[in-house]
Amino acid sequence: MKVLPCGDAAVLVEFDGLDQVHAAYDQLREMAIEGVLDLVPAARTLLVTIDPRAADADELARRLEAVSLEPRGERGTADARVVEVPVTYDGADLDEVGRLTGLGRDGVVAAHTGQRWTVAFGGFAPGFAYLVGEDDRLRVPRRSEPRGQVPAGAVGLADDLSGIYPRPSPGGWQLIGRTDLQVWDPRRDPPTLLEPGTHVRFQAVR
Amino acid sequence: MTRTLEVLATGPLTTVQDLGRPGHAGSGVTRSGAADRAAARLANRLVGNPEGAACLEVTLGGLRVRADGDTEVAVTGARGPTRIGDRTVPDHAPFHLRPGEVLELGTPDAGLRTYLAVRGGIAVPPVLGSRATDQLGRLGPDVVAAGDRLPVGAPPTAWPPVDHAPVPAPTIGPVELRVRLGPRVDRFTDDAAEDLLRTTWRARADSNRVGLRLDGAHLARVDDGELPSEGLVRGAIQVPPGGPPTLFLADHPVTGGYPVIAVVLDADVDRAAQVRPGQHVRLRAAAASAGRWS
Repeated sequence: MKVLPCGDAAVLVEFDGLDQVHAAYDQLREMAIEGVLDLVPAARTLLVTIDPRAADADELARRLEAVSLEPRGERGTADARVVEVPVTYDGADLDEVGRLTGLGRDGVVAAHTGQRWTVAFGGFAPGFAYLVGEDDRLRVPRRSEPRGQVPAGAVGLADDLSGIYPRPSPGGWQLIGRTDLQVWDPRRDPPTLLEPGTHVRFQAVR
Repeated sequence: MTRTLEVLATGPLTTVQDLGRPGHAGSGVTRSGAADRAAARLANRLVGNPEGAACLEVTLGGLRVRADGDTEVAVTGARGPTRIGDRTVPDHAPFHLRPGEVLELGTPDAGLRTYLAVRGGIAVPPVLGSRATDQLGRLGPDVVAAGDRLPVGAPPTAWPPVDHAPVPAPTIGPVELRVRLGPRVDRFTDDAAEDLLRTTWRARADSNRVGLRLDGAHLARVDDGELPSEGLVRGAIQVPPGGPPTLFLADHPVTGGYPVIAVVLDADVDRAAQVRPGQHVRLRAAAASAGRWS
Protein backbone atom coordinates (compact mmCIF):
# COMPACT_ATOMS: atom_id res chain seq x y z
CA MET A 1 0.00 0.00 0.00
CA LYS A 2 1.29 3.41 -0.98
CA VAL A 3 -0.20 6.80 -0.14
CA LEU A 4 0.20 9.40 -2.90
CA PRO A 5 -0.33 13.16 -2.60
CA CYS A 6 -3.40 14.52 -4.39
CA GLY A 7 -3.70 18.21 -3.52
CA ASP A 8 -5.06 19.41 -0.19
CA ALA A 9 -8.54 17.91 -0.53
CA ALA A 10 -7.71 14.23 -1.10
CA VAL A 11 -5.16 11.44 -0.85
CA LEU A 12 -4.78 8.62 -3.34
CA VAL A 13 -4.01 5.20 -1.88
CA GLU A 14 -2.48 2.69 -4.27
CA PHE A 15 -2.76 -1.10 -3.86
CA ASP A 16 -1.61 -4.22 -5.68
CA GLY A 17 -5.08 -5.24 -6.78
CA LEU A 18 -8.83 -4.88 -6.63
CA ASP A 19 -9.37 -7.16 -3.61
CA GLN A 20 -7.23 -4.86 -1.50
CA VAL A 21 -9.05 -1.81 -2.85
CA HIS A 22 -12.40 -3.30 -1.84
CA ALA A 23 -11.12 -4.33 1.60
CA ALA A 24 -9.88 -0.79 2.22
CA TYR A 25 -13.12 0.67 0.84
CA ASP A 26 -15.18 -1.45 3.28
CA GLN A 27 -12.89 -0.66 6.17
CA LEU A 28 -12.88 3.10 5.59
CA ARG A 29 -16.66 3.13 5.23
CA GLU A 30 -16.91 1.43 8.63
CA MET A 31 -14.40 3.81 10.19
CA ALA A 32 -16.40 6.85 9.01
CA ILE A 33 -13.45 9.22 9.50
CA GLU A 34 -14.58 12.75 10.28
CA GLY A 35 -14.09 15.15 7.41
CA VAL A 36 -14.06 12.41 4.75
CA LEU A 37 -16.51 13.33 1.98
CA ASP A 38 -16.24 10.52 -0.49
CA LEU A 39 -14.41 7.30 -1.39
CA VAL A 40 -13.65 6.54 -5.03
CA PRO A 41 -12.53 2.97 -5.60
CA ALA A 42 -10.84 2.12 -8.90
CA ALA A 43 -8.83 -0.79 -10.32
CA ARG A 44 -5.72 -0.27 -8.17
CA THR A 45 -6.48 2.81 -6.11
CA LEU A 46 -8.83 4.28 -3.59
CA LEU A 47 -9.26 8.05 -3.63
CA VAL A 48 -10.26 9.51 -0.29
CA THR A 49 -11.63 13.05 -0.58
CA ILE A 50 -12.03 15.46 2.31
CA ASP A 51 -13.28 18.95 2.96
CA PRO A 52 -9.98 20.78 3.54
CA ARG A 53 -11.78 23.28 5.76
CA ALA A 54 -12.67 20.44 8.15
CA ALA A 55 -9.75 18.02 7.78
CA ASP A 56 -6.10 17.99 6.76
CA ALA A 57 -4.79 15.89 3.86
CA ASP A 58 -1.34 15.31 5.40
CA GLU A 59 -2.91 14.25 8.66
CA LEU A 60 -5.22 11.87 6.78
CA ALA A 61 -2.24 10.41 4.89
CA ARG A 62 -0.41 9.73 8.15
CA ARG A 63 -3.51 8.15 9.61
CA LEU A 64 -4.07 5.91 6.58
CA GLU A 65 -0.47 4.75 6.68
CA ALA A 66 -0.91 3.79 10.33
CA VAL A 67 -4.00 1.62 9.85
CA SER A 68 -3.75 -1.73 8.17
CA LEU A 69 -5.84 -1.51 5.02
CA GLU A 70 -4.92 -4.96 3.79
CA PRO A 71 -7.63 -7.61 3.23
CA ARG A 72 -8.52 -9.49 6.39
CA GLY A 73 -8.63 -12.92 4.79
CA GLU A 74 -11.20 -13.95 2.18
CA ARG A 75 -14.04 -11.53 2.02
CA GLY A 76 -17.04 -13.25 3.60
CA THR A 77 -19.22 -14.47 0.75
CA ALA A 78 -22.13 -14.49 3.20
CA ASP A 79 -22.17 -10.72 3.63
CA ALA A 80 -21.26 -9.84 0.04
CA ARG A 81 -24.51 -9.09 -1.74
CA VAL A 82 -25.43 -10.96 -4.93
CA VAL A 83 -27.64 -9.28 -7.52
CA GLU A 84 -29.27 -11.54 -10.11
CA VAL A 85 -29.65 -9.87 -13.48
CA PRO A 86 -32.04 -11.44 -16.02
CA VAL A 87 -30.74 -10.90 -19.56
CA THR A 88 -32.27 -11.43 -22.98
CA TYR A 89 -29.24 -12.36 -25.07
CA ASP A 90 -30.07 -10.75 -28.41
CA GLY A 91 -27.46 -7.97 -28.55
CA ALA A 92 -26.40 -6.50 -31.87
CA ASP A 93 -22.79 -7.61 -31.31
CA LEU A 94 -23.51 -11.13 -30.02
CA ASP A 95 -22.43 -12.83 -33.27
CA GLU A 96 -19.31 -10.68 -33.45
CA VAL A 97 -18.38 -11.51 -29.84
CA GLY A 98 -18.99 -15.21 -30.60
CA ARG A 99 -16.58 -14.94 -33.53
CA LEU A 100 -13.95 -12.87 -31.68
CA THR A 101 -13.85 -15.24 -28.71
CA GLY A 102 -14.32 -18.42 -30.75
CA LEU A 103 -17.15 -19.38 -28.42
CA GLY A 104 -20.11 -18.84 -30.75
CA ARG A 105 -23.41 -17.29 -29.63
CA ASP A 106 -24.34 -20.06 -27.20
CA GLY A 107 -20.82 -20.23 -25.83
CA VAL A 108 -20.84 -16.49 -25.09
CA VAL A 109 -24.13 -16.80 -23.20
CA ALA A 110 -22.79 -19.79 -21.26
CA ALA A 111 -19.57 -17.94 -20.36
CA HIS A 112 -21.45 -14.80 -19.34
CA THR A 113 -24.02 -16.61 -17.16
CA GLY A 114 -21.56 -19.20 -15.90
CA GLN A 115 -19.25 -16.98 -13.92
CA ARG A 116 -19.59 -14.70 -10.95
CA TRP A 117 -19.03 -11.04 -11.72
CA THR A 118 -18.02 -8.44 -9.15
CA VAL A 119 -18.62 -4.69 -9.23
CA ALA A 120 -15.11 -3.24 -9.41
CA PHE A 121 -15.97 0.46 -9.41
CA GLY A 122 -18.24 3.06 -10.94
CA GLY A 123 -17.49 5.73 -13.49
CA PHE A 124 -18.24 6.79 -17.07
CA ALA A 125 -21.81 7.77 -16.11
CA PRO A 126 -23.98 7.81 -12.99
CA GLY A 127 -24.93 4.21 -12.23
CA PHE A 128 -22.48 2.60 -14.66
CA ALA A 129 -20.60 -0.20 -12.88
CA TYR A 130 -17.48 -1.91 -14.22
CA LEU A 131 -17.85 -5.66 -13.59
CA VAL A 132 -14.90 -8.05 -13.43
CA GLY A 133 -15.43 -11.77 -14.01
CA GLU A 134 -13.59 -14.87 -12.88
CA ASP A 135 -11.85 -15.64 -16.17
CA ASP A 136 -11.12 -13.84 -19.43
CA ARG A 137 -12.93 -16.05 -21.94
CA LEU A 138 -15.02 -13.02 -22.91
CA ARG A 139 -12.13 -10.60 -23.44
CA VAL A 140 -13.01 -8.50 -26.51
CA PRO A 141 -11.91 -5.10 -27.77
CA ARG A 142 -14.24 -2.12 -27.77
CA ARG A 143 -16.06 -1.48 -31.04
CA SER A 144 -13.87 0.47 -33.44
CA GLU A 145 -16.83 2.81 -34.00
CA PRO A 146 -18.74 3.73 -30.83
CA ARG A 147 -22.52 3.87 -31.11
CA GLY A 148 -24.14 7.27 -30.80
CA GLN A 149 -26.98 5.87 -28.74
CA VAL A 150 -27.00 2.72 -26.64
CA PRO A 151 -30.37 1.96 -24.99
CA ALA A 152 -30.84 1.75 -21.23
CA GLY A 153 -30.45 -1.81 -19.96
CA ALA A 154 -28.02 -2.86 -22.71
CA VAL A 155 -25.50 -5.41 -21.46
CA GLY A 156 -22.03 -5.07 -22.95
CA LEU A 157 -18.45 -6.31 -22.93
CA ALA A 158 -15.14 -4.49 -23.33
CA ASP A 159 -11.64 -5.70 -22.51
CA ASP A 160 -12.24 -8.25 -19.75
CA LEU A 161 -15.14 -6.28 -18.25
CA SER A 162 -18.90 -6.39 -18.47
CA GLY A 163 -21.35 -3.58 -17.82
CA ILE A 164 -24.99 -2.51 -17.97
CA TYR A 165 -25.89 0.87 -19.47
CA PRO A 166 -28.01 2.53 -16.78
CA ARG A 167 -29.70 4.90 -19.24
CA PRO A 168 -29.45 5.79 -22.93
CA SER A 169 -26.00 7.13 -23.81
CA PRO A 170 -23.28 6.91 -26.43
CA GLY A 171 -21.14 3.81 -25.97
CA GLY A 172 -18.38 1.72 -27.49
CA TRP A 173 -18.91 -1.59 -25.72
CA GLN A 174 -19.89 -4.78 -27.58
CA LEU A 175 -23.59 -5.34 -26.87
CA ILE A 176 -24.63 -8.93 -26.15
CA GLY A 177 -28.05 -8.49 -24.54
CA ARG A 178 -30.45 -6.38 -22.51
CA THR A 179 -32.06 -6.45 -19.09
CA ASP A 180 -35.28 -4.96 -17.72
CA LEU A 181 -33.75 -4.75 -14.25
CA GLN A 182 -33.34 -1.10 -13.32
CA VAL A 183 -29.86 -1.12 -11.81
CA TRP A 184 -29.89 2.65 -11.30
CA ASP A 185 -32.62 4.96 -10.10
CA PRO A 186 -31.66 8.31 -8.57
CA ARG A 187 -34.99 8.36 -6.66
CA ARG A 188 -33.96 5.18 -4.80
CA ASP A 189 -31.72 5.07 -1.72
CA PRO A 190 -29.14 3.82 -2.42
CA PRO A 191 -29.64 4.74 -6.09
CA THR A 192 -27.62 1.83 -7.44
CA LEU A 193 -27.99 -1.92 -6.99
CA LEU A 194 -24.35 -2.27 -8.01
CA GLU A 195 -22.17 -0.82 -5.26
CA PRO A 196 -18.46 -1.65 -5.41
CA GLY A 197 -17.88 -5.20 -4.13
CA THR A 198 -21.40 -6.44 -5.00
CA HIS A 199 -21.50 -9.76 -6.88
CA VAL A 200 -23.56 -10.19 -10.03
CA ARG A 201 -25.00 -13.32 -11.62
CA PHE A 202 -26.45 -13.00 -15.12
CA GLN A 203 -29.35 -15.30 -16.00
CA ALA A 204 -30.55 -16.00 -19.53
CA VAL A 205 -34.22 -15.17 -20.14
CA ARG A 206 -35.86 -17.39 -22.72
CA MET B 1 -48.56 31.05 -2.77
CA THR B 2 -45.22 29.80 -4.01
CA ARG B 3 -43.07 32.63 -5.19
CA THR B 4 -41.35 32.16 -8.53
CA LEU B 5 -38.65 33.76 -10.61
CA GLU B 6 -39.71 33.99 -14.23
CA VAL B 7 -36.76 33.62 -16.58
CA LEU B 8 -36.89 36.06 -19.51
CA ALA B 9 -33.36 35.43 -20.88
CA THR B 10 -30.38 33.33 -19.80
CA GLY B 11 -27.27 34.48 -21.64
CA PRO B 12 -24.85 31.74 -22.86
CA LEU B 13 -25.47 29.35 -19.95
CA THR B 14 -27.38 29.57 -16.69
CA THR B 15 -27.76 26.58 -14.37
CA VAL B 16 -29.15 25.90 -10.91
CA GLN B 17 -26.29 25.08 -8.52
CA ASP B 18 -25.75 24.35 -4.85
CA LEU B 19 -22.77 22.65 -3.19
CA GLY B 20 -23.27 19.38 -5.06
CA ARG B 21 -23.85 15.74 -4.20
CA PRO B 22 -20.92 14.19 -2.33
CA GLY B 23 -20.99 10.57 -1.22
CA HIS B 24 -22.01 8.86 -4.48
CA ALA B 25 -18.67 8.71 -6.32
CA GLY B 26 -18.59 4.92 -5.86
CA SER B 27 -21.57 4.69 -8.21
CA GLY B 28 -20.15 7.12 -10.76
CA VAL B 29 -21.76 10.34 -9.55
CA THR B 30 -19.48 13.37 -9.46
CA ARG B 31 -19.76 16.11 -6.85
CA SER B 32 -20.91 18.87 -9.24
CA GLY B 33 -22.34 22.05 -7.67
CA ALA B 34 -21.27 25.67 -8.06
CA ALA B 35 -18.02 26.03 -10.01
CA ASP B 36 -17.01 28.94 -7.74
CA ARG B 37 -18.18 27.58 -4.39
CA ALA B 38 -16.92 30.54 -2.38
CA ALA B 39 -19.02 32.94 -4.46
CA ALA B 40 -22.12 30.74 -4.19
CA ARG B 41 -21.72 30.42 -0.41
CA LEU B 42 -21.30 34.15 -0.05
CA ALA B 43 -24.37 34.95 -2.18
CA ASN B 44 -26.43 32.68 0.07
CA ARG B 45 -25.06 34.19 3.26
CA LEU B 46 -25.92 37.68 2.03
CA VAL B 47 -29.62 36.78 1.80
CA GLY B 48 -29.66 34.74 5.03
CA ASN B 49 -29.81 31.31 3.32
CA PRO B 50 -27.87 28.26 4.42
CA GLU B 51 -24.62 28.13 2.39
CA GLY B 52 -25.82 25.09 0.48
CA ALA B 53 -29.07 26.62 -0.81
CA ALA B 54 -29.56 26.45 -4.57
CA CYS B 55 -28.79 29.59 -6.55
CA LEU B 56 -28.27 30.48 -10.20
CA GLU B 57 -24.84 30.22 -11.83
CA VAL B 58 -24.79 32.66 -14.74
CA THR B 59 -22.00 32.31 -17.30
CA LEU B 60 -20.94 35.60 -18.95
CA GLY B 61 -24.09 37.45 -17.90
CA GLY B 62 -27.22 37.88 -19.96
CA LEU B 63 -29.71 36.69 -17.34
CA ARG B 64 -33.04 38.51 -17.01
CA VAL B 65 -35.54 37.42 -14.37
CA ARG B 66 -38.82 38.82 -13.05
CA ALA B 67 -40.04 38.19 -9.52
CA ASP B 68 -43.75 37.69 -8.80
CA GLY B 69 -43.41 38.65 -5.15
CA ASP B 70 -41.19 40.62 -2.78
CA THR B 71 -37.78 39.00 -2.79
CA GLU B 72 -34.32 39.61 -1.33
CA VAL B 73 -31.53 38.76 -3.75
CA ALA B 74 -27.73 39.07 -3.90
CA VAL B 75 -25.19 38.83 -6.71
CA THR B 76 -21.58 37.60 -6.28
CA GLY B 77 -18.73 36.20 -8.37
CA ALA B 78 -17.93 37.78 -11.73
CA ARG B 79 -18.97 41.45 -11.64
CA GLY B 80 -20.81 43.27 -14.35
CA PRO B 81 -23.52 45.87 -14.46
CA THR B 82 -26.55 44.64 -12.48
CA ARG B 83 -29.76 46.58 -13.08
CA ILE B 84 -33.37 46.73 -12.06
CA GLY B 85 -34.87 48.71 -14.91
CA ASP B 86 -32.66 51.82 -15.26
CA ARG B 87 -31.37 51.55 -11.72
CA THR B 88 -27.94 50.01 -11.04
CA VAL B 89 -27.84 47.80 -7.97
CA PRO B 90 -24.76 46.79 -5.99
CA ASP B 91 -23.04 43.43 -6.13
CA HIS B 92 -21.89 41.66 -2.98
CA ALA B 93 -24.76 43.17 -1.00
CA PRO B 94 -28.39 42.10 -0.61
CA PHE B 95 -31.10 44.14 -2.31
CA HIS B 96 -34.84 44.01 -2.67
CA LEU B 97 -36.73 42.97 -5.78
CA ARG B 98 -40.39 44.02 -5.91
CA PRO B 99 -43.18 42.15 -7.69
CA GLY B 100 -42.95 42.67 -11.44
CA GLU B 101 -39.47 44.19 -11.39
CA VAL B 102 -36.97 42.80 -13.88
CA LEU B 103 -33.43 42.11 -12.72
CA GLU B 104 -30.78 42.03 -15.44
CA LEU B 105 -27.18 40.84 -15.21
CA GLY B 106 -24.93 42.44 -17.82
CA THR B 107 -21.76 40.90 -19.22
CA PRO B 108 -19.08 40.92 -16.53
CA ASP B 109 -15.96 43.01 -17.06
CA ALA B 110 -13.82 40.29 -15.53
CA GLY B 111 -14.47 36.76 -14.38
CA LEU B 112 -16.80 34.20 -15.94
CA ARG B 113 -19.50 33.10 -13.50
CA THR B 114 -21.91 35.23 -11.51
CA TYR B 115 -24.10 33.84 -8.73
CA LEU B 116 -27.60 35.06 -8.03
CA ALA B 117 -29.00 33.93 -4.69
CA VAL B 118 -32.65 34.42 -3.74
CA ARG B 119 -33.78 34.44 -0.13
CA GLY B 120 -35.42 30.99 0.30
CA GLY B 121 -33.30 29.38 -2.45
CA ILE B 122 -34.30 27.99 -5.83
CA ALA B 123 -36.67 25.16 -4.85
CA VAL B 124 -36.55 22.79 -7.83
CA PRO B 125 -36.78 19.10 -6.77
CA PRO B 126 -33.45 17.69 -5.52
CA VAL B 127 -31.81 14.63 -7.09
CA LEU B 128 -29.64 12.57 -4.71
CA GLY B 129 -29.86 15.35 -2.17
CA SER B 130 -28.76 18.16 -4.47
CA ARG B 131 -30.33 20.66 -6.88
CA ALA B 132 -27.09 21.04 -8.88
CA THR B 133 -27.10 20.55 -12.65
CA ASP B 134 -24.33 18.09 -13.49
CA GLN B 135 -23.67 18.68 -17.17
CA LEU B 136 -21.34 15.70 -17.63
CA GLY B 137 -23.43 13.15 -15.70
CA ARG B 138 -26.73 14.73 -16.82
CA LEU B 139 -28.18 14.71 -13.32
CA GLY B 140 -30.27 17.34 -11.60
CA PRO B 141 -32.42 20.06 -13.16
CA ASP B 142 -32.25 20.95 -16.84
CA VAL B 143 -30.18 23.94 -17.91
CA VAL B 144 -32.24 27.08 -17.21
CA ALA B 145 -34.16 28.31 -20.27
CA ALA B 146 -36.15 31.44 -21.11
CA GLY B 147 -39.76 30.84 -20.10
CA ASP B 148 -38.90 28.78 -17.00
CA ARG B 149 -40.66 29.68 -13.78
CA LEU B 150 -38.26 28.74 -11.03
CA PRO B 151 -39.90 28.08 -7.66
CA VAL B 152 -38.47 29.97 -4.69
CA GLY B 153 -38.41 28.23 -1.31
CA ALA B 154 -39.82 29.49 1.97
CA PRO B 155 -37.61 32.20 3.44
CA PRO B 156 -35.41 31.06 6.31
CA THR B 157 -36.16 32.45 9.75
CA ALA B 158 -32.62 33.81 10.08
CA TRP B 159 -31.72 37.25 8.79
CA PRO B 160 -28.44 37.89 6.98
CA PRO B 161 -25.48 38.15 9.34
CA VAL B 162 -23.74 40.55 6.91
CA ASP B 163 -25.04 43.27 4.62
CA HIS B 164 -21.95 43.84 2.53
CA ALA B 165 -19.04 41.55 1.75
CA PRO B 166 -15.85 43.07 0.36
CA VAL B 167 -14.04 40.34 -1.61
CA PRO B 168 -11.37 40.75 -4.27
CA ALA B 169 -12.90 40.96 -7.75
CA PRO B 170 -11.80 38.53 -10.45
CA THR B 171 -9.23 40.13 -12.78
CA ILE B 172 -8.63 39.96 -16.51
CA GLY B 173 -4.87 39.65 -15.94
CA PRO B 174 -2.95 36.43 -15.37
CA VAL B 175 -4.41 34.29 -12.60
CA GLU B 176 -1.96 32.57 -10.30
CA LEU B 177 -3.02 29.23 -8.83
CA ARG B 178 -1.18 27.19 -6.20
CA VAL B 179 -0.59 23.49 -6.96
CA ARG B 180 0.84 20.45 -5.27
CA LEU B 181 2.71 18.08 -7.56
CA GLY B 182 1.43 14.52 -7.72
CA PRO B 183 -0.09 11.97 -7.59
CA ARG B 184 1.46 10.92 -10.94
CA VAL B 185 4.24 13.45 -11.42
CA ASP B 186 6.61 10.46 -11.62
CA ARG B 187 5.03 9.57 -14.98
CA PHE B 188 6.48 12.77 -16.42
CA THR B 189 10.01 13.98 -17.17
CA ASP B 190 11.67 16.41 -14.73
CA ASP B 191 11.40 19.03 -17.46
CA ALA B 192 7.65 18.53 -17.62
CA ALA B 193 7.24 19.36 -13.94
CA GLU B 194 9.33 22.50 -14.45
CA ASP B 195 7.44 23.41 -17.62
CA LEU B 196 4.18 23.10 -15.72
CA LEU B 197 5.34 25.76 -13.27
CA ARG B 198 7.16 28.13 -15.63
CA THR B 199 4.72 28.19 -18.55
CA THR B 200 2.17 30.95 -18.94
CA TRP B 201 -0.88 28.90 -19.83
CA ARG B 202 -3.83 30.16 -21.82
CA ALA B 203 -7.42 29.03 -21.20
CA ARG B 204 -8.96 27.47 -24.28
CA ALA B 205 -12.37 28.34 -25.67
CA ASP B 206 -13.54 24.73 -25.25
CA SER B 207 -13.30 25.00 -21.45
CA ASN B 208 -16.54 24.35 -19.55
CA ARG B 209 -17.90 23.21 -16.18
CA VAL B 210 -16.07 19.90 -16.63
CA GLY B 211 -12.68 21.52 -16.87
CA LEU B 212 -10.45 24.37 -17.86
CA ARG B 213 -8.40 23.30 -20.87
CA LEU B 214 -4.97 24.88 -21.11
CA ASP B 215 -2.65 25.65 -24.03
CA GLY B 216 1.01 26.45 -23.44
CA ALA B 217 3.47 23.58 -23.38
CA HIS B 218 3.81 19.90 -24.13
CA LEU B 219 4.35 18.01 -20.87
CA ALA B 220 6.49 15.01 -21.80
CA ARG B 221 5.94 11.67 -20.14
CA VAL B 222 8.67 9.21 -19.23
CA ASP B 223 6.51 6.28 -20.22
CA ASP B 224 3.40 5.92 -22.33
CA GLY B 225 2.21 2.86 -20.45
CA GLU B 226 -1.48 2.79 -19.68
CA LEU B 227 -2.54 3.87 -16.24
CA PRO B 228 -5.50 1.94 -14.83
CA SER B 229 -8.39 4.38 -14.32
CA GLU B 230 -8.27 6.10 -10.94
CA GLY B 231 -10.32 8.59 -8.97
CA LEU B 232 -10.12 12.27 -9.91
CA VAL B 233 -10.58 15.36 -7.76
CA ARG B 234 -11.71 18.86 -8.58
CA GLY B 235 -8.49 20.74 -9.29
CA ALA B 236 -6.62 17.77 -10.76
CA ILE B 237 -4.50 18.65 -13.81
CA GLN B 238 -4.78 15.66 -16.11
CA VAL B 239 -2.52 15.31 -19.15
CA PRO B 240 -3.84 13.21 -22.04
CA PRO B 241 -1.26 12.19 -24.64
CA GLY B 242 -1.19 14.77 -27.42
CA GLY B 243 -4.05 16.78 -25.90
CA PRO B 244 -4.09 19.92 -23.80
CA PRO B 245 -3.85 19.54 -20.01
CA THR B 246 -7.24 19.82 -18.33
CA LEU B 247 -7.73 21.42 -14.92
CA PHE B 248 -10.89 19.72 -13.68
CA LEU B 249 -13.75 21.79 -12.29
CA ALA B 250 -17.16 20.99 -10.77
CA ASP B 251 -18.49 18.41 -13.26
CA HIS B 252 -15.24 16.45 -13.64
CA PRO B 253 -15.43 12.73 -14.42
CA VAL B 254 -15.29 10.50 -11.33
CA THR B 255 -12.39 8.46 -12.72
CA GLY B 256 -9.87 8.91 -15.51
CA GLY B 257 -7.08 6.96 -17.15
CA TYR B 258 -4.58 9.72 -17.93
CA PRO B 259 -1.95 10.72 -15.38
CA VAL B 260 -2.53 13.70 -13.08
CA ILE B 261 0.69 15.72 -12.81
CA ALA B 262 -0.48 18.13 -10.09
CA VAL B 263 -3.55 19.26 -8.18
CA VAL B 264 -4.63 22.87 -7.62
CA LEU B 265 -5.30 23.73 -3.97
CA ASP B 266 -9.00 23.53 -3.18
CA ALA B 267 -9.44 27.23 -2.36
CA ASP B 268 -7.79 28.21 -5.66
CA VAL B 269 -10.05 25.99 -7.76
CA ASP B 270 -12.81 28.54 -7.19
CA ARG B 271 -10.63 31.21 -8.80
CA ALA B 272 -9.84 28.83 -11.66
CA ALA B 273 -13.60 28.67 -12.29
CA GLN B 274 -13.57 32.43 -12.97
CA VAL B 275 -10.91 32.21 -15.71
CA ARG B 276 -12.27 33.28 -19.09
CA PRO B 277 -11.33 31.75 -22.43
CA GLY B 278 -8.12 33.42 -23.62
CA GLN B 279 -7.08 34.49 -20.12
CA HIS B 280 -3.62 33.55 -18.83
CA VAL B 281 -2.95 31.18 -15.95
CA ARG B 282 0.23 30.57 -14.02
CA LEU B 283 0.76 27.66 -11.67
CA ARG B 284 3.13 27.81 -8.76
CA ALA B 285 4.13 25.26 -6.16
CA ALA B 286 2.17 25.65 -2.94
CA ALA B 287 4.17 27.18 -0.11
CA ALA B 288 5.60 24.73 2.36
CA SER B 289 3.20 23.83 5.14
CA ALA B 290 3.62 21.38 7.98
CA GLY B 291 2.92 18.77 5.32
CA ARG B 292 5.61 16.39 4.21
CA TRP B 293 4.79 16.79 0.51
CA SER B 294 5.03 20.50 0.25
